[in-house]
Amino acid sequence: MLAAAPRGVIFDGPSTAESHADHRRRIGALLPVGRRSDVIGILEASGLQGRGGAGFPVGRKWRSVADRAGGRAVVLVNGAEGEPLSVKDRSLMTARPHLVVDGALLAADAVGAEEIIIYIGVEHRAAKAAMGRALAERQADFGRRRLRLLDAPATYIAGEESAAVNVAQSGAALPTNTPPRPFERGVRGRPTLVQNVESLAVAALIAHYGDAWYRGMGRGRATGFGLVTVSGAVARPRLQEVELGSTVGEVAHAAGAARPGVQAVLLGGYFGAWADRDEAWDVELDQASMRTRGLALGCGVVSLLSVDECGVAVTSRIMAYMASQSARQCGPCLFGLAAIAQATQRLATTRAHPDDLERITGWSAQLKGRGACRHPDGAVGLLQSAIAVFGDEFAAHQRGHCLRQVTRKSAA
Amino acid sequence: MTGARLAIDRIRCNGHGLCAELLPELISLDDWGYPILRNDPVTDALIPYARRAVEACPVLALKLNQPARV
Repeated sequence: MLAAAPRGVIFDGPSTAESHADHRRRIGALLPVGRRSDVIGILEASGLQGRGGAGFPVGRKWRSVADRAGGRAVVLVNGAEGEPLSVKDRSLMTARPHLVVDGALLAADAVGAEEIIIYIGVEHRAAKAAMGRALAERQADFGRRRLRLLDAPATYIAGEESAAVNVAQSGAALPTNTPPRPFERGVRGRPTLVQNVESLAVAALIAHYGDAWYRGMGRGRATGFGLVTVSGAVARPRLQEVELGSTVGEVAHAAGAARPGVQAVLLGGYFGAWADRDEAWDVELDQASMRTRGLALGCGVVSLLSVDECGVAVTSRIMAYMASQSARQCGPCLFGLAAIAQATQRLATTRAHPDDLERITGWSAQLKGRGACRHPDGAVGLLQSAIAVFGDEFAAHQRGHCLRQVTRKSAA
Repeated sequence: MTGARLAIDRIRCNGHGLCAELLPELISLDDWGYPILRNDPVTDALIPYARRAVEACPVLALKLNQPARV
């Protein structure tokens, strides 16, 4: 292990792509091949959890693939980043492409993969260009492995792991039934490690500096660090690297948010949940602690809603988007999300049918677990949190008026 | 109690709704005609009816999973 690990771990460097030489100067030589199989144990000891959204322990995932692989696994580097409120993955690939490549190489050696697929959102052009240049510089490191750059369609579900595997096989970004999950049977039937680019980048750093280094970061009971995208009612929307366990309030403050101007916070993105401002402010950005509150770190989105905005209207726009992003394979998701989006929009525009609020509440409870993937679960989870946090607003909208408009008018 | 459970292939299911007609004890339909499974194991008494519902599904989307016998 190297002794001197840098702090400000990922984004203390350039905002344009770092060259391979600069990358190597920063963190030293790539781990020798003979030591790469130890990486799984180090990752398990580190406690690193995936950053794509689900938060699955990274070491355990690598081991699951390695146990089944027999040297013929596939590593799918997931840089689809379809979450509209997140910029972390594209920024990471753009600024530190070689760190992501290091992670991909280590993963391929650790799990026994002969093929690496680099899957990048087609709309993330700068990221794709930077990764393409980095891969060209690293041909020697890939040796005889097959390497493929693959465009992820610009849809919300393209990053869902079974959909990503499907794109690699058939070109269609449609989720498939699970089980089997990709780690059991993925691309061309092979055990496939689908891993988010931030997870791979952090895994590469942990492989260099050790699990104790990673566990030495973090606040309170939380360990490690992560990237969060802060947006909405802040003076400086930005990507921020934080020690896990930092509070939402600290992150908001650093981005220039004024607490009195904030009404609520969306945590975890469109698969996440709203939290009331006073509840959100002390929330620690950490998977385990957020789970106890019924929240999720997800892909690290922190989006602040201003006191001037209407939570019903914003939620309605999100539900419309989520309905539009259904893969249209499963009836409950296709019809259920469309109906929910329409009713929520009627509520938002204060033209609700008499029982719209009751209906979206009932439909939300019915939809969970009734799709091949968790798209409907994520969408209705967000809506349920909205109904809880903006309860008075939803009730007012059902009666035909918007509290925020009234407030704004009387203030003016 | 057998521990047998019903499962639906959500991609295949087209909402014909025969399953809910044949097995209302465990399956209801949502507002669009798609099945909602009660999260209960299938009791011995219901097994024959569950099998009939499985056989009736026109798109083979309904399955009855028996636990592995020891």
